[in-house]
Amino acid sequence: MIRVRAFQLALVGGAIVALETLCRAGIIDRFTMIPPSEMLLALAGVMGTEPWFWPDVSYTLGNLAAAIALSVAGGFLIGLVVHAIPRLRRVLDPIFTSYYSVPTFVLYPLLIVFFGIGPASLIVLGALFGIIAMIVATVTAIDRIPRVLLKVARVSRLGPVRTALLMKLPAASPHLMTGLRLAVAYSVIGVIAGEFILSTEGIGRRVALAYNNFDNQTMYALLVLILAFAIAVNAVLGSLEQALHRRWYRS
Amino acid sequence: MAKAALTLETAAPMPHTASSLPDIHLALRGVSHTYPARADQGPVPALGRLDFEFRRGEFFGVVGPSGCGKSTLLEIIAGLVTPTSGTIEMEGRAITGTVADEIGVVFQEDATFAWLNVWDNVAFGLRRAGTDGAEIVRRVDQALAFMGLTGFRGAYPAQLSGGMRQRVCIARTLVLRPRLILLDEPFGALDQQTRLLMGEELLRLWRETGATVMLITHALDEAALLSDRVAVMSARPGRLIDIVTTGWPRERDSTLVADPAFGALTGRLWALLRDESKKALGVS
Amino acid sequence: MTARARLLDYVLLAGGLGLAWVLLFAWAGPEALSPPGATLRRVAEYLTSPQFWPHAAATGIAFAYACLIALIGGLALGFALGANRLAGQVGEPILSSLYSIPKITLYPVILLVFGLGISAKVAFGALHGFFPVALFTIGALKNTSPVLIKTARVLRLAPLATARTVLLPAALPEIVTGLRIGFSATLLGTLIGELFASDQGLGFMLIRAMEAHKVLDIMALTLLLFAFAATANMLLLAVERRMHRR
Repeated sequence: MIRVRAFQLALVGGAIVALETLCRAGIIDRFTMIPPSEMLLALAGVMGTEPWFWPDVSYTLGNLAAAIALSVAGGFLIGLVVHAIPRLRRVLDPIFTSYYSVPTFVLYPLLIVFFGIGPASLIVLGALFGIIAMIVATVTAIDRIPRVLLKVARVSRLGPVRTALLMKLPAASPHLMTGLRLAVAYSVIGVIAGEFILSTEGIGRRVALAYNNFDNQTMYALLVLILAFAIAVNAVLGSLEQALHRRWYRS
Repeated sequence: MAKAALTLETAAPMPHTASSLPDIHLALRGVSHTYPARADQGPVPALGRLDFEFRRGEFFGVVGPSGCGKSTLLEIIAGLVTPTSGTIEMEGRAITGTVADEIGVVFQEDATFAWLNVWDNVAFGLRRAGTDGAEIVRRVDQALAFMGLTGFRGAYPAQLSGGMRQRVCIARTLVLRPRLILLDEPFGALDQQTRLLMGEELLRLWRETGATVMLITHALDEAALLSDRVAVMSARPGRLIDIVTTGWPRERDSTLVADPAFGALTGRLWALLRDESKKALGVS
Repeated sequence: MTARARLLDYVLLAGGLGLAWVLLFAWAGPEALSPPGATLRRVAEYLTSPQFWPHAAATGIAFAYACLIALIGGLALGFALGANRLAGQVGEPILSSLYSIPKITLYPVILLVFGLGISAKVAFGALHGFFPVALFTIGALKNTSPVLIKTARVLRLAPLATARTVLLPAALPEIVTGLRIGFSATLLGTLIGELFASDQGLGFMLIRAMEAHKVLDIMALTLLLFAFAATANMLLLAVERRMHRR
């Protein structure tokens, strides 16, 4: 285990060091990329000195939170309904399997016409991106509830509400957690991509601005921030997900 | 189960009774195995010191409490695992750590290849060994007939029951004409009635091929019924407690369960095993 | 599941979507959407127009290159990491984390590295498709039942023969799933690349329509892209299901 971690550290660390060296040596020119160390410094600078940083961050985070809430809650409820009606589930199945193969972001202009340029269209875009993952995960989660638990509940005369809370929900939790992780990941992509394409505020817009103005310092600083955020969130949710899977499913 | 229309060609001459066998086919000398230490635990002694011998052509059963290392023992004999000490000798040659020629193994889990039909599954080993095409056809057809699978030659494993899939695995081993057949709880996943009938199949196979058979099982009655001798192992690390000779005639089948000697044998095995099993379960 | 019932399901789905479209149009008006009829006519116009096909070809060529890189590269890395235990333990979590990075953060980087043009498009596409292929291949090899490998050893197969005759066929269904997802992801990536980095291709037509607020064009192109992606996905799914059925 320690050997594995050592290798991983060496691999990732080595890649970053290599990048740093290539940038500093001029093999990768400054117009393309700045050295990783400078990216971090630039980020610190942006966080400390730029007046737009915190307002834009809270704008993006706010949209993200709303998009996540919408996709998780909406996806869960729709998932319950879809599972309860097998015919509906079969009919909608092509949508679920093809959804992430089609360029959904092209609907963004249409959303703007509906909701105008502003948080609402970004939130809806993010939610639309994440909701299908949550629906599919919810349906799978309910599928995977061991039938025997439901029989135990009936024999123990638990009643529908307590059965749902004490038996179904815990048993479904590993896959629901997967859905949560995916919904969050997709909402992040949706919101930030939306801000990239067309927005007046937000971190995504700042990146687009920096790109258009050839401001590599700011651009890479913000990209590193988004990257670190996404990796951190995914790691936390991922380890929760694995813990739940280990508890419920022996491998 | 279909009766075999053909008998199987033998690779070795058929002995008369178990007791007239002088040859030692396989010997374990001072074999023990310890799993190496890992991050979360120290070294685990899995198999205690073992010394015993199989006689050529006998049906040798091995029973023991769960976790005593029966499967490890089989893998060591098969050459899949090198024991941390001791040697395996086959007919006087050391074969420790290598997969010897003429050994066939039937595992507990389903080892059929899902992407091949029954015929191709059984032919697999022969094809890889480069056997001539006509010979392959002959042997496979024969093995299928012997195991009652002729009608299913074109079926895929997914279409077969667990018992039939095990028969495919046995047939696949059979066509290679092994002289030593190792079986690791092959009927573990089957119900009792099917197990009894499959046991009869196994006995028939054993008689027809003249091979030496080692059967690992957790079912005492199965060992008592099928074996000429039964080795009883202790809880982990598994050592040999005793070897019980059953004295059954070579021509035997599952109706033996009505014989009073059968009950006595099973009782004797349990008497030897009861305390060890409690130890394995952690019950005092 | 009879074929007739399945057909009925598709009809219901198409009908349901069509109905939702009509209702949405009635509510939102021609500023936001175009109605089904007009959109389909526009699609027909595109398909019969000589200006359309060079763009489609540009997308197609970029997509083909990206597919080649993503699928072959993904399979190669997947095999390398799946066959060797240590390599897999080291590499798979790293690959998994890279996959979870929102690729939008890499778009500006790709544009800077590859410039504008076909190589950026191919890079986008390959980037999207590479990871699922590699990850699914690793998973497929890791999930191979150990008893199959033991069987190969007992039959005294050489390592290469084991890989060719046992590991590969056993892992194939899951690898095919990875290829399907990789295919779809590569298509998506190529289109995204065209949005940002090209003066040709369907993605480019789309962004021009978006900038000019030509709702009818946007919807017609979107419908075309959806239809193509969905059909390709369904076809690959049918192949995949046949593999898993055995």
